[in-house]
Amino acid sequence: MQQEFKTSIDRALHDANLTGALEKFSEAYKVNRAKAYEGIDFEALRGHIAERKGYAAAHLKELSARFQKNAEAKGAKVFCTSDPAEVREYILRVAQENGVRSIVKSKSMATEEIHLNSFLEKEGIEVNETDLGEWIIQLAGQTPSHMVMPAIHMTKEEVADLFSKEVEERLTSDIPRLVKVARQEMRPKFLRADMGISGGNMAVAETGSIVLVTNEGNARLVTSLPRIHIAVIGIEKLVEKFSDIAPILKALPRSATAQLLTSYVSIISGQTPNSDGSLKNLHIILMDNKRSEMAADPMFKEAMQCIRCASCLNVCPIFRLVGGHVFGKVYTGGIGTILTAWYDELKSSEEIQGLCIQCGACKDVCPGKIDIPGLIMEIRRRLVKEQGLPLLHKSIYSLVNNRRVFHGMLRAASLASRPFAKGTRFIRHLPMFLADLTDGRSLPAIAAKPFRDVFKTIRQPKGLPEKAVFYAGCLIDFAYPEMGEALIRILNKAGIEVVFPEDQTCCGAPARYSGAYEVAANNAVDNIRALLAERADYVVSACPTCTVALDHEFITTFESLGETKWLPQARELAARTIDFSTLVKRLVDEGRLTLKEGQQLGTITYHDSCHLKRTMHAEQAPRQLLEKSGYQLTEMFECDVCCGMGGSYSLKLPEISAPMLKRKLTNIKNTGAPVVAMDCPGCVMQIRGGMDQDGAPVRVRHTVEILAEQLED
Amino acid sequence: MYEQFKVKAEGVSAEVHRFTTSADALAFLVDFLQEEEVTDQDGRYCVVADSPFLGSIDRKQLAEIPGVFFDVTRELAAGAKVGISQVDWALADTGTLVQDATAADKRLVSTLPLIHIAMIATSGLRPDMPAWLADADPDKAGYLAMITGPSRTADIERVLTIGVHGPARLVICFIDELGGPN
Repeated sequence: MQQEFKTSIDRALHDANLTGALEKFSEAYKVNRAKAYEGIDFEALRGHIAERKGYAAAHLKELSARFQKNAEAKGAKVFCTSDPAEVREYILRVAQENGVRSIVKSKSMATEEIHLNSFLEKEGIEVNETDLGEWIIQLAGQTPSHMVMPAIHMTKEEVADLFSKEVEERLTSDIPRLVKVARQEMRPKFLRADMGISGGNMAVAETGSIVLVTNEGNARLVTSLPRIHIAVIGIEKLVEKFSDIAPILKALPRSATAQLLTSYVSIISGQTPNSDGSLKNLHIILMDNKRSEMAADPMFKEAMQCIRCASCLNVCPIFRLVGGHVFGKVYTGGIGTILTAWYDELKSSEEIQGLCIQCGACKDVCPGKIDIPGLIMEIRRRLVKEQGLPLLHKSIYSLVNNRRVFHGMLRAASLASRPFAKGTRFIRHLPMFLADLTDGRSLPAIAAKPFRDVFKTIRQPKGLPEKAVFYAGCLIDFAYPEMGEALIRILNKAGIEVVFPEDQTCCGAPARYSGAYEVAANNAVDNIRALLAERADYVVSACPTCTVALDHEFITTFESLGETKWLPQARELAARTIDFSTLVKRLVDEGRLTLKEGQQLGTITYHDSCHLKRTMHAEQAPRQLLEKSGYQLTEMFECDVCCGMGGSYSLKLPEISAPMLKRKLTNIKNTGAPVVAMDCPGCVMQIRGGMDQDGAPVRVRHTVEILAEQLED
Repeated sequence: MYEQFKVKAEGVSAEVHRFTTSADALAFLVDFLQEEEVTDQDGRYCVVADSPFLGSIDRKQLAEIPGVFFDVTRELAAGAKVGISQVDWALADTGTLVQDATAADKRLVSTLPLIHIAMIATSGLRPDMPAWLADADPDKAGYLAMITGPSRTADIERVLTIGVHGPARLVICFIDELGGPN
């Protein structure tokens, strides 16, 4: 990553105002959002929105034309263009033809996208943002740090300083007083403005209506007081029918600010009277700026379903640490990364796409049903395709692609890491440039004997009725072989023989998450060959990231690359794949496996691994098993927020991974439980390592280790 | 539906009242304006947009109060303390008022003054937005305005603050026997 980008991340991480405000907001948001959606079938609602917005994205030309015809029939002038420069010039022309000297604006991301304000100001026209947050930003000469809450990074003291200068009076940081000052300051600007510029949350083709959603009431004034109104609207805001307003208005305020509805919604259909009786001079600019290219892309067309609620920012564990400024563009957060890659250019997303840890939290809440992490992965893939991998990664992945060499290196690393482990099972400090890796977290020492060697020494009972292929994954194989041993003990008890195909190798996740899909595809082929060689009832894994690879990603990797040769086998493998806890739950339910009864093992808390919860949706099975075995489950705060591991993420962005880990450790400790369970060896590596350096007496364990101790003899 | 509306609207800081007749509502208005010390001074007066409600009452009772104006201009509205207009629908599930605000004076009195009093026929209640959208006709109403509580912002430190650009108080008066288009 470029130093400049790293510096901006560092600056954000050390901005206590920003991180404090975002943290507080993100915590409140989750609770309030859930409350706002009470009694609403969110899946049905977002399915409806995705269908309506998807339809519009597939019919942009037709809907633009219908919108234009219907709005013009009601007296509006509609201008459609793909070129941002034409938008600016059109507005300037209207302004000059009408002798406009002063403009008031209500919030519009589209005009920010095309840097309209500075353009008009250069032409000698006064431009005033009227949304309070936008005005604060304008006075401060800054850019918004959040799509819905532009000034969330600023304190009331900073705002008081800004306003004091503006009104030439020393103001205190009393917020209601500051808001009153803003009201008084903005009023004359509204009253003297001869043009109002707004954005638009929707443009309805059927009726030629535009819909504006605000809380402050500024859009009502912007569209009512000046004699000219220009609405600048991205064509992704087009919807077909008037009735399409309802589902979007149901989701937008709930997802954006956890409100049932914003204070004001205006539906403007054509010219309306001014207060002097004349008719409004109404212009609507439908701006394309690469949106139709996006809509034509078989994968990225999904991003057209965005309703700009910014909930993907609000639930993102990274965004709350770094805020919006590190994104460097108008659109921020998960969806912002995608929009920047298109509205700007793919290369502009090169750095910011790396911020995504792929935890999937945003995908769960997106009211447009957009697979945001999936699209960010696709950006990675295309970037690598376009620009190639950084040399270092390239050499690493070429190793991973050769199982013998790769595994040989891991064995060698076991010996090499011993001096750092100093007889413990942790590496607490690494020298020099590697020191970041052990900053706040100890790394597991690489096992003296990998699971593949241990496996050969395990004697399993003869004549077991079923057979499972065990896919260990690199971490269990080389760092935590005891987890594999525990899994075999459990499955044997249930009458399942475990086989371990030697030729299995890395699941390809590290390569895939870096955009190296060819490498990941090679890993997939090697593993498919190895895992399907033996006919078994199950392919079981105790690593959710690996499970997701086997169950979903081998297929999607081939599909992304347009490779069909191995698809049938990939599907066959997926059909047999099951995660450890789900399999064990099933065995217990079927009475094939019995956990010790009536035990009182004390309290335990459970950390949800991203892939197990949000891709496999298997978060209940481990909890039920732990409770059944005699633990009392105490849920931690934010149990399903990413621990910051994210595979190689913790190596690439340790400065972000470390505070995520710290939060997780605090949440675990706050439960008072002496044990925390999880289903992912990667999370174990991160959290166990963190707990080791923290020194708290909390045992960090994989569910498989715990259950293996609780089997009825 | 009224009870649901009241709970939801009060949840977003609106004040909700219900009257049987226009005369009852008028009596409330007269008291209210007196309590708010409405008078013929800048920043203290009241502007009233034309409405069927005005046709249903003895208008003199309002007009006699010093500082109540019926000819609304933007300059007048900008200096008013109280604005009175009639709205057309109420959506129970979100506590939202909906107004055909095509006439500019309705927007001026509901946006610029510090207090907005919204008169509404109880028959304008609808369960939710889809039910209202089915009735709404954007071909006839160029400016449909939804109002849910007073103007609000949370742009400074996420602290909810009322009355930034629009009214700081929204007073809703349901009238059972108002009749009208609904």
